[in-house]
Amino acid sequence: MGKKNVALKVENVSMRFNLSAEKVDDLKDYVIKFIKRELRFQEFWALRNVSFELQKGERLGILGFNGAGKSTLLKVIAGVLKPTEGSVKKKGKIVPLLELGAGFDKQYTGAENIYLYGAVLGYSKEFIREKYDEIVEFSELGDFINVPLKNYSSGMKARLGFAIATVVEPDILILDEVLSVGDAKFRKKSEKKIRDMFDRGVTVLFVSHSLEQVKRLCDKAILLDHGKVLAEGSVEEVSKLYEQRMK
Amino acid sequence: MKKYLNNFMKYRFLLQELVKKDIKLKYRRSVLGLVWTLLEPLLNMLVLWVVFSKLYAKDDALFPVYILTGRLMTQFFSGATKSAMKSIRTNSGMIKKVYVPKYIYPLSSVLSNFVTFLLSLIVLVGVAAVLHVKPTIYVFGAIVPIVLLLIMSLGFGLILATLAVFFRDLEYLWGVFLTLLFYACAVFYYPSRVIKNGFEWIFKVNPLYCLIQNFRNTVMYGQGFDMYALVFSAVISFGSLIIGVYVFYKNQDKFILNI
Repeated sequence: MGKKNVALKVENVSMRFNLSAEKVDDLKDYVIKFIKRELRFQEFWALRNVSFELQKGERLGILGFNGAGKSTLLKVIAGVLKPTEGSVKKKGKIVPLLELGAGFDKQYTGAENIYLYGAVLGYSKEFIREKYDEIVEFSELGDFINVPLKNYSSGMKARLGFAIATVVEPDILILDEVLSVGDAKFRKKSEKKIRDMFDRGVTVLFVSHSLEQVKRLCDKAILLDHGKVLAEGSVEEVSKLYEQRMK
Repeated sequence: MKKYLNNFMKYRFLLQELVKKDIKLKYRRSVLGLVWTLLEPLLNMLVLWVVFSKLYAKDDALFPVYILTGRLMTQFFSGATKSAMKSIRTNSGMIKKVYVPKYIYPLSSVLSNFVTFLLSLIVLVGVAAVLHVKPTIYVFGAIVPIVLLLIMSLGFGLILATLAVFFRDLEYLWGVFLTLLFYACAVFYYPSRVIKNGFEWIFKVNPLYCLIQNFRNTVMYGQGFDMYALVFSAVISFGSLIIGVYVFYKNQDKFILNI
């Protein structure tokens, strides 16, 4: 495997949060606390020197207990959070299926939201117009597409979000406990869509608590604990270690 | 630089969508819809005109135009800076979940206010026509104070948006400051009395008044620019924009940790 095929390179990424017991976020408090010298900042490192590399087409499972930093890591890779230290280099179009429908407006109809959410994801107007029918069809919303989103059920919203987010051909796909959208029938359909992407050689980052799912979908894995990478390697090795730690 | 430009081009459509959403949703549920954009400044002007012209018995046929020019410009500045200031907080849900260049939020707030402002200029044209204000060639000069006002609103909007993330109560302080600014802008009185009492400096240090002055010069009085007002307001506009961009850019990665 040549250097050319690196799809994602995470280098020494550290992420620091400030966990003050009381959050100071107004001027009055700030001045008072400043005068009384009570301004305290408590640091918390959600990620510490995380490094790994993925070749194109590799599928990485991220394992770890609650609070290990899995979601933070995905957010850093997706570009939502900027790491305090280190860097993330990615090649190609990245599709984070993290929070479907971030940017939906409740008062807008489904149709209007397709354009709005598409724009949030960085699609162009022409692209959305071209894919509009495909999105509506996949979401199975029918006439509901012209109804304001506030009247949707949560399943309908999720279906629409999924349909919009997956209409592109991603190079890197980020999945967080996914494949649980909508009813059984839709779940089957969405799983198939994701599997098709797998078959086309997309690079995948997958977070799940279900070890069985990770083993089935991924070929590589890392184990995170308190923000540090404990183990990295093939999915069998790492999940064995994870199982040991579970006991 | 090229990188930023490419990124802007990529999210240009989002900017357009957000501006559209702002304007659409504001009036969606009202019967009169967009007509409110025109009606509101008109009614507002009538109130000020009745109070300050009739009750104070000031007789000047052009006074309504005088009020309206000042009113529209102060209204845009306060509306734009206020919504830009809140923009990061109101969009916190989106900011936490998906990557979008963050300046899109204050920028779209300012621009949607600007679109409403441009629409409400129709009222000004109407009132001016009814009161027989003769447009001269200088009318085209009005574009200069308008563009400077847009730049200044964006500059202050960026600074305030950044500060408001860290200091929530700034919203109230800014509201108070805007009231003060409104009274210092000679919207419903003539500056001559104030100047006579030795307070000319109030207008000299007020960039918003300087813009209103030049706007009135071009649209009402058929004159060129007041040079001091032009230079001063231009310096403040571009200065605030440069500071705004710098402050916002330096702090934008910290936003998510504070909202």
